[in-house]
This record gives sequence, structure tokens and C-alpha cells, in this order.
Amino acid sequence: MPKIIYRDHFGESKTINVDNGLSVMEGAIQNDIPGIDADCGGSMACATCHVYVDEKWFDKIPKAEDAEVDMIDMAFEPKKNSRLSCQIIVSDELEGLEVITPEKQT
Amino acid sequence: MQKTDVIIIGAGPVGLFAVHQLGIKGLQAVVIDNLDKIGGQCIELYPDKPIYDIPAVPECTGEQLTTRLLEQIKPFKTKIFLNERVDEVRQEKENWVVKTNNKKEFSAPSIIIAGGVGSFEPRKISLKEAEKLEGKSVFYAVRNKDQFKNKRISIFGGGDSALDWALELSKFSKITLIHRRNEFRGAHHTLSEIRKLEKDGKLSIKTPCQIESLDNENQLKSITIKYDDGKTETILTDVILGFFGLIMKLGPIAEWGLNMSKKTIEVNSNNFETNKKGIFAAGDICSYPGKLKLILSGFHEVALASVECFKRARPNEKYRFEFTTSSKTIHNRLGKK
Repeated sequence: MPKIIYRDHFGESKTINVDNGLSVMEGAIQNDIPGIDADCGGSMACATCHVYVDEKWFDKIPKAEDAEVDMIDMAFEPKKNSRLSCQIIVSDELEGLEVITPEKQT
Repeated sequence: MQKTDVIIIGAGPVGLFAVHQLGIKGLQAVVIDNLDKIGGQCIELYPDKPIYDIPAVPECTGEQLTTRLLEQIKPFKTKIFLNERVDEVRQEKENWVVKTNNKKEFSAPSIIIAGGVGSFEPRKISLKEAEKLEGKSVFYAVRNKDQFKNKRISIFGGGDSALDWALELSKFSKITLIHRRNEFRGAHHTLSEIRKLEKDGKLSIKTPCQIESLDNENQLKSITIKYDDGKTETILTDVILGFFGLIMKLGPIAEWGLNMSKKTIEVNSNNFETNKKGIFAAGDICSYPGKLKLILSGFHEVALASVECFKRARPNEKYRFEFTTSSKTIHNRLGKK
């Protein structure tokens, strides 16, 4: 079970073991990680599971598809390393992945 | 005050199907929605995206689903009140009374809340100065375009709304279109018209950049934008139009005394009633053990809730379960001979 590190915008971090095959969003919701709302439940129809992926990880995870990038336009303060956490699927390769939750989602 | 059998909050697929399930039982309903159109998330978030899990409908878009549901409930001639947000819910004897932001009042023995994830509101610029100037020089929608004549307008966003308004308002105003990345995601022909206007010097496009600050607090004079590489630029601006999409807010529902968990309303899964007798919740907004946020689950939920609504609206009548295939009464209600 890979470890995923969720860091909030104050810098506090929590390390959670997330099952392979779950999304980084689901890992957060199931473990009550604050800062990820996921209003639409993972259908890529909102942007409230928006996270910043740690720079050293950003290029290592599978690229966002166009629809995701379009949806990120709707996120709160998107940056270059923005992703929707519902679209990052946990696998062994992501062991130690670090994501930063934004100040707020809406 | 309008009296009815059931008040449905939310005109998404589940709210619309509730009209059907109530209608075939002979109950009248009204539907209230905060959006300016019918369809809820299906229309607002994914009108063109195909849905593959509606039983017996292999594929349909959010828009098609809405159109079909409207056709299905046509015989019931239900009134749908749009642009109305339910603000208050109170009890008056046996009835619930709801009041909207426009002071419309409705009364019924039952309410079905099919409010999805709450009401949609435009996402706003998160700068304090933007908040102060909202409605004066910062806008998130165009209600009357005359208001934007002969101005210097900075339009933010990369989708259809931003592009369409940039094009339209460029006819009589000076437009700067600003987006956080180089790609726009509006319709192709709109984009090529925009590019043409840019080439002719009639409109300027600034990407990839975001708003950094608003200058002058009481009356907007200019804004500063920051490019990805850290450079900043000041743009003379009278009006800011922001099109950053919509966010969903639970809104006043949270204050009606209903048991909530994680922005959803707790219900029992026998009849989807909340902790308040006569208030039901169905669709994405309700939660119970095993809940799945699927449209088909919402359909099931309102079918069961409608039975309890019948008992509340017709306490002296016996509820009799009937099939639409064989019931003459239902055929009459559907206008079928």
C-alpha cells in the first residue's frame, strides 16, 4: 500500500497508506484529510479536489488529459503544478507522492 | 402563498423524476431551482458529456436526459420556478412553508430536497478589493450589456463564456482577454474570430497570467496581472468580468435543522425521509449506508419518497400500488387513452 503525503497550505503534513487503484482524492476523503471537497464525487465535473503536486513529482505522474486541464481552469488559484486529485490513481510507482492542498476549494 | 401537495427543491434529473412519480399518484408538485435553467448538474456541468448508466438508455448526454425527463413529465403541467433559491423553511401546523430569496412562498405537507450538491454560484476573484468592487466594476455575469458600452474591460477566463463575451463586447468596448494558460477551450469558430480581432488590433490577449492586484479601491482604474515567468503588467481597466466557472454551495439548506453529514442530508433508506417528518432528500444530496451518487439511485429514492408524500397529502385515502402498464387511472393522468 503506497504512502501518500498530504500537505496543507500551512505546511502540516499527514502520511496515509492508500490502496493501489484508489484515487488520491478517495484516499483523502476516506481518511478525513481536510482541504479536499470532491463535490462531484470524482466525475471530473467540478474542481474541488484540486491539489498542487510537489514539483519533484509533477513530471513523474501520468499527464493530465485535456478535459482535466480544462476543469482546472475552474479551480481556486490554479498553478502550473495543479491537478485534480480524483484523476491521480495510486500505484506502487507513486510511493511517497506528495500533494499540497490549496488554501480553499471554493 | 401557493399551496401544493409537494414542494421539490432542485430541477435536476432527480427533481424532475420526482414530479413523475408524484404525478402518476395524482399529486401536484412545484419545482424550485436557483439556476436559470432546468437540468441541474446535467445541464450546468456536463450538457455535452455522454452518460452511459441510465437503465435502457445506452448513451445520452446531460442535455438529452433533461429533455427526455421534461417530455416524460409534460402531462402533469408542473410549474417550475427558476432563479429562485429557497432560503427559509418553516412549519405551519401540518404543512411546511418555504420562502425563496425573491419572497415567493409555497406551502405543502411534504418537501423533497433534490438539491444535488447545493446551489451553483460563480467562482469569484479571491482578492479583497475585488469583493468591495463587486457589482460596481467587478462582475461575474452580464445581465445587461449596455452597461458595458465604451469601457475598458478586462475579461478573465478561457471557456465559452469568456470568449463569447469578449467577442460580443469588443463591438463597442476595448477588451483585454486574460487567461491562466495559453490554450482556450471555447468553440473553435469563436476562437478563430477572437484571434482575428487580436491580429487586427481590436482586442488584446494576455496569457499565461493571472490577476495580481486591483488598483484604486473605490473606483477601478487599472489592474496588475502576473505572468507565469513572474513578470507583471498593468492594464488600464474600468470593468472586470470574471468567468471562472461555477462552484456549488450547500447554502441555506444547512440551516434548516436537518441532520447532516459531510455536506449531505441524512435520510433513512425506507422512504428517504430526513429527521424532520415530511422533509425528504433524494439524489446526490442525501446520504445513507451504501449510498451511491448515481442518477439511477436518485430515481429509486424519489419513487419511494413519493409513496410517503402521498400518505401525507391524502391522509384519508388508501395508497394503492399500481403499474403504469395496466392502471387506467395512471393512463388518464398521463393523458393516454
